[in-house]
Amino acid sequence: MTAEVGSREPKARRRDDLLPRGSVARLDPVGTSFWSRALVRAAVVVIAVMWSLPTAGLLISSFRSANDINSTGWWTALLHPFETTWTLANYEQVLTASGMFDAFVNSLIVTVPATVIPITLAAFAAYAFAWMQFPGRSFLFAVVVALLIVPLQMTLVPLLQVYNRTGLTGTFLGIWLAHTGFGLPLAVYILYNYISQLPRDLFESAFIDGASHFTAFTRLVLPLSMPALAAFAIFQFLWVWNDLLVALVFLGTDSAVATLTARLNELVGSRGQDWHLLTAGAFVTMVVPVVVFLSLQRFFVRGLLAGSMKG
Amino acid sequence: MASITFENVGKVYPGGTRAIYDVSIHVEDGEFVVLVGPSGCGKSTLLRMVAGLEEVTEGKLYIGDRVVNDVPPKDRDIAMVFQNYALYPHMTVYENMAFGLRLRKMPDDEIDRRVQEAARILEIHEYLDRRPKALSGGQRQRVAMGRAIVREPAAFLMDEPLSNLDAKLRVQMRSEIGLLQERLGTTTLYVTHDQTEAMTMGDRVAVLRKISHEGESNLQQIDTPRNLYDNPDNLFVAGFIGSPSMNFVYGTIQEENGKLGVKFAGHTLSVDREAIAKRPSLSNYAGKEIVIGVRPEAFEIAQAVPNATDDQKMTVKPQLVEQLGSEAYVHFEMDSPPVITPDIQELLEDQGADEETLGSVTKFTARVNPDLAPETGQETVLVVDTSKLHYFDKDTGTAIR
Repeated sequence: MTAEVGSREPKARRRDDLLPRGSVARLDPVGTSFWSRALVRAAVVVIAVMWSLPTAGLLISSFRSANDINSTGWWTALLHPFETTWTLANYEQVLTASGMFDAFVNSLIVTVPATVIPITLAAFAAYAFAWMQFPGRSFLFAVVVALLIVPLQMTLVPLLQVYNRTGLTGTFLGIWLAHTGFGLPLAVYILYNYISQLPRDLFESAFIDGASHFTAFTRLVLPLSMPALAAFAIFQFLWVWNDLLVALVFLGTDSAVATLTARLNELVGSRGQDWHLLTAGAFVTMVVPVVVFLSLQRFFVRGLLAGSMKG
Repeated sequence: MASITFENVGKVYPGGTRAIYDVSIHVEDGEFVVLVGPSGCGKSTLLRMVAGLEEVTEGKLYIGDRVVNDVPPKDRDIAMVFQNYALYPHMTVYENMAFGLRLRKMPDDEIDRRVQEAARILEIHEYLDRRPKALSGGQRQRVAMGRAIVREPAAFLMDEPLSNLDAKLRVQMRSEIGLLQERLGTTTLYVTHDQTEAMTMGDRVAVLRKISHEGESNLQQIDTPRNLYDNPDNLFVAGFIGSPSMNFVYGTIQEENGKLGVKFAGHTLSVDREAIAKRPSLSNYAGKEIVIGVRPEAFEIAQAVPNATDDQKMTVKPQLVEQLGSEAYVHFEMDSPPVITPDIQELLEDQGADEETLGSVTKFTARVNPDLAPETGQETVLVVDTSKLHYFDKDTGTAIR
């Protein structure tokens, strides 16, 4: 709806119309040859197959009996699907006998707060860094960014000493705090980049409408930052869920607190030969990340900001 | 409702850059005042100072009787319409309008009454449930207006609210906003760079300009549109207000054979003594070079003015004739160096022109009767209404009165 009606705009529109509805806008210049496009697609397919093949193998193996796994490759099951004996025994054994179910619950108890706490704190911090005036703002932000380059392994020993003294070792609170600390710098940085790009006019309008910083944050920034918050939530969730190092160091392997990764690790150690259990265990571990990703991925694509400014 | 008063207001940015110096404007309760000027003249800064979005570093700013220099935006009881509308993208039109009222803890039924009323006035009823992105530019503009109306504030502040609309819609919204303001009677401060918008909308118009040297106020002149047009205080205002803009040429006023005459670019036209008598200081400039300003409509084709005498006529050769149907513009050149004072320079730069594109001749535009408009290149006799001439000091650029 802008006033400039350039000669370029109608052309661009016409090209858009040529694309089928719902297709992703492409940047191929006119005349990109069929062969170069075919090459790109072939490469994409090869990469996708290479990445998903091991997972497919794992999935199929997890439904085969221990004997089958030890005697033939997983692809034989694919080639002769009706002669293979499919079984759920592996899952049954993993979930009950190997304590994977308890570990699953523990992982949830660890991961959910360890995702929610840093994101909440980071969103507040990012807003303050982006839109509030206070002394030392740029210095503090520089410190936060500098923390990004500190490897978390460096902090393990001193942190564990503090934890041992305060009795936080082996507690869920301890690992929540640890993950919060490790996740905050990146979270603040990513959310700052997003929140500082929100149009200034919106805030000014809200302030004139009577908003305080807090209402501006809860009523404008949070809903408008959903894509960034969701993106970071996925990162943090997957990182914490898949983490073994921090969980081993701060929680340990006691079955009351051990996470899935720690449990899986033990499974490898104690029964490295029990392939059939490992495959099922790995899949139990993978279920949650897959669900999280699939349910939140639409936030990556959705542009909530469209329409706030001139058209 | 309240008045808005700038009292010697100034603004220096933390880096030391001065944006505003010594601006004093009093906007009466219920008045519609337009701040107009080229980009960078400080008009938006002044508006944002009233909104509380920019700090006032010098002078005092009043809303009503209250000094608001240190009052936060939310406590100033003003509503602002932004250039980009600044609608909340995640809220419906209804919620956008209700937002400010909810934050003020107004009861729901009162909020609903006000929103419905505003929607009715602005004819946006059917869009109340839509999000801003599903609206056209004009509709978003209305929602932005609606958000201001429902607040029933002491004053509206509008920052180029029409500049993102296409030309036709702009003209329509221009009159709608004018009517609305008249009906609501709310004090309004309106910023634009478009002099037509300023002239058509404002009860009074304040012409502003970038500070070019120390100790000069941004405010060039504030007056009713008519007075601004007829009695510009200086070359800047004269050149800025009016479209096509005023023609300028170097010339002299002198008495020859008992007749007063104005001489420029090889033409001599007789001037009415009465018109001169209205400007007593002009006698001090007798025989000296001054800048003469001629509005395009001071010209007319000779045939249209049968009783014109020869000493009111000049013969020109049109280089271009623009026929608009309702009127025609005749462009011709004067054999005289162009008037390039700092004032004119700034106006030209704002229009994207520079000295070189002007060459060594002065270009004039005459607005004439479309039925009598000449062909391009065809020698034409024009009559000049010399009572409508403007005279300026060529060094200071101020009007000689």
